[in-house]
Amino acid sequence: MAHSDDLTRRMLLKGAAGATALAGLGMPAIVKAQSDVIRIGHLTPITGFLGPLGEFAQMGVQLAAEEINAAGGVLGRKIELVMEDSVNPQTASAKAERLIERDKVAMIIGEISSASALAIGQVANRTKTVFINTGANSDALRGESCNPFMFHIEAANSMMVRSVGTYLKNENLIKGKKWYSLTADYAFGHDLFKVAKKFVSENGGEFIGEELVPTDATDFSPYLLKIRQARPDVVASNLAGNQITNFIKQYAEYGLQFPITGFGFDTAVAWGAGQGNFSGIWPLIWHHMVDTPSSRKYVEAFTKKYGKPPENQSWGDYNSLKIVAQSFDELKSPDPQKLAEHLRKGAKFDILKNREGYFRPYDNQMVQQMYAVRAKEPGKMANQWDIYEPLGSVPGPNEDLEVLAPPKDGTCKIQA
Amino acid sequence: MAFVFILEQVLNGLLVGAYYLLIALGLSLIFSLGGIVNLAHGAFYAVGAYLAVTLAPRIGFAGAFVASPVLVALLGVTVERLFFRRFYRSDPILSLLLTFGLAMIIEQSLRMIFGAAPLPFSIPPALRGQVFVGDFIYPRYRLIIFGVALAAVTATWFLVYRTAFGRVVRAGVQNPDMVEALGISLQPYMTAIAAIGIGLAGLAGVLLAPISGVHPAMGAEILTAAFVVVVIGGLGSFWGVIAAAALVGVVRGLTIYFFPPAGEASMYLLMALVLLVRPRGLLGERIQKFE
Repeated sequence: MAHSDDLTRRMLLKGAAGATALAGLGMPAIVKAQSDVIRIGHLTPITGFLGPLGEFAQMGVQLAAEEINAAGGVLGRKIELVMEDSVNPQTASAKAERLIERDKVAMIIGEISSASALAIGQVANRTKTVFINTGANSDALRGESCNPFMFHIEAANSMMVRSVGTYLKNENLIKGKKWYSLTADYAFGHDLFKVAKKFVSENGGEFIGEELVPTDATDFSPYLLKIRQARPDVVASNLAGNQITNFIKQYAEYGLQFPITGFGFDTAVAWGAGQGNFSGIWPLIWHHMVDTPSSRKYVEAFTKKYGKPPENQSWGDYNSLKIVAQSFDELKSPDPQKLAEHLRKGAKFDILKNREGYFRPYDNQMVQQMYAVRAKEPGKMANQWDIYEPLGSVPGPNEDLEVLAPPKDGTCKIQA
Repeated sequence: MAFVFILEQVLNGLLVGAYYLLIALGLSLIFSLGGIVNLAHGAFYAVGAYLAVTLAPRIGFAGAFVASPVLVALLGVTVERLFFRRFYRSDPILSLLLTFGLAMIIEQSLRMIFGAAPLPFSIPPALRGQVFVGDFIYPRYRLIIFGVALAAVTATWFLVYRTAFGRVVRAGVQNPDMVEALGISLQPYMTAIAAIGIGLAGLAGVLLAPISGVHPAMGAEILTAAFVVVVIGGLGSFWGVIAAAALVGVVRGLTIYFFPPAGEASMYLLMALVLLVRPRGLLGERIQKFE
């Protein structure tokens, strides 16, 4: 029970510093490579506040690899995944290099954080290796930071905004309405808010509150009081990851009745909120109720393997690997350069939606349908996964798919 | 009107203070009385929350509210017997490293067992709803948290300052060798302190699970704030921890009212200011071994 003399309150300060460090640490998961296989690198955050989504990403890509291998592999060779936790931009960059140089992967799939995606994209460009971004939304990745080897199956922020925006217009929630927004205070949130504000203003809405929320905030009550005092017509979330879970739980706790919407969203954070907490209209790149034959088959296989339905994040990683396998088969070669050319030439893919998707050569963004969903009333939910009902998809059946895509404003110079 | 809004933020800040008090109290106890810088405090908080989510469907929220902190306290007894005990007399950096490792093991175990995605959990229907005082709004559940936090701190204070048990513990803090020379073995006392401190982390986990996301990193999320409250309050003082928790709640609320981006930074600034003016913390006691 005796203490050494140097135990001072400084120790406590060190403790506080250690506590901060703890939040940033992660664990690598390395799958050992073998020869005579086609190796695919998978790099996405498994720890940290995006970890819950990264887990769904891994589940999606693993299911795809299993299905491909069960069907005989690619060009007669098995797919082998080398999966890593990307942690942060520095680590992501180092691991991307290691995957390419040491593990000799044919290409890389993954990422959720826009900052890390940028870092991996730079490595991809330098080494001329294809990288398919499955979760990073920042428009800048499709603009000034674009490059010929970085492809985006994930929607850009402006696509999320336009898809949910279409339904908000239908519900009469934009024109002449007072908006109050909470925005995650980092690159993703800022980028999303910029696009969202432009859309709302252009359609006759007005922001009466625009709050930045630090990413480490866990208690939202002071913000909720401010929203209540401002009496807006619509509350909009530009939050990210676990923030959304905390926000919708506490929004329900304070019993605020203003309709909620959001421009960035992942199903996992709403599944994690619990009964009676989730509300509002939200955009999604895909959800497990999309009713097409391939989508139903995928949901069935995923639910059978993991005991829960797939999430929008697992959709991206699953389809990316399927796209790569199909392309290698069509090319009759796992050559990274040829893969990039093939994808940029407008090859079309079944991405579990009504209409096929394709990467447009302007910025390598996958052009595709988007969806919106509305939270169900608690009494109508059949189980813990059944939390929303589909509102439909955009663009309409006769519209060009490209109407949703980010504007070709010339900031991306791939083609120049 | 602005004055009313500011007053509302101040009162809400006091309520939020209860939230900080719950997560900091056990940490303060183990550090003040055991000298262990418990970086695993947040992890025990997460275990409490996961236990609540697992137990509530079987034994109800009330049952989980009682059972989870007790189970976490038992885990605390195990950890004290196996690990803490070896570090009371050694360089505190060792216990810091130990608990750092423990925190990672617990967090990863939660991830392996329950997955990384947040688990759904809500306020029980009976405790939902809001209380209105004039135009001010108070969720009923937060008022309950407030009550439980006050009860927990009062009980702990009573135990440490008004019972024979507390007298031995406090004597042990000042001069453990003399206490042992008097024929009192401090070991069971320290086991009890660890059980109470870690059990309080579990209690915080159960209470906060309905209003925050239940995911493996939830402990790491609140740990830094808990340390800040303990440092501001000052070592060895329960009233200091209460004052600090209330102060952090109010200052944070006001910062968010006037300048939201600095909401979380405000508590660190407050800590820096307090340490400049009162290096011992607000109400920190003069304890021989800390000087």
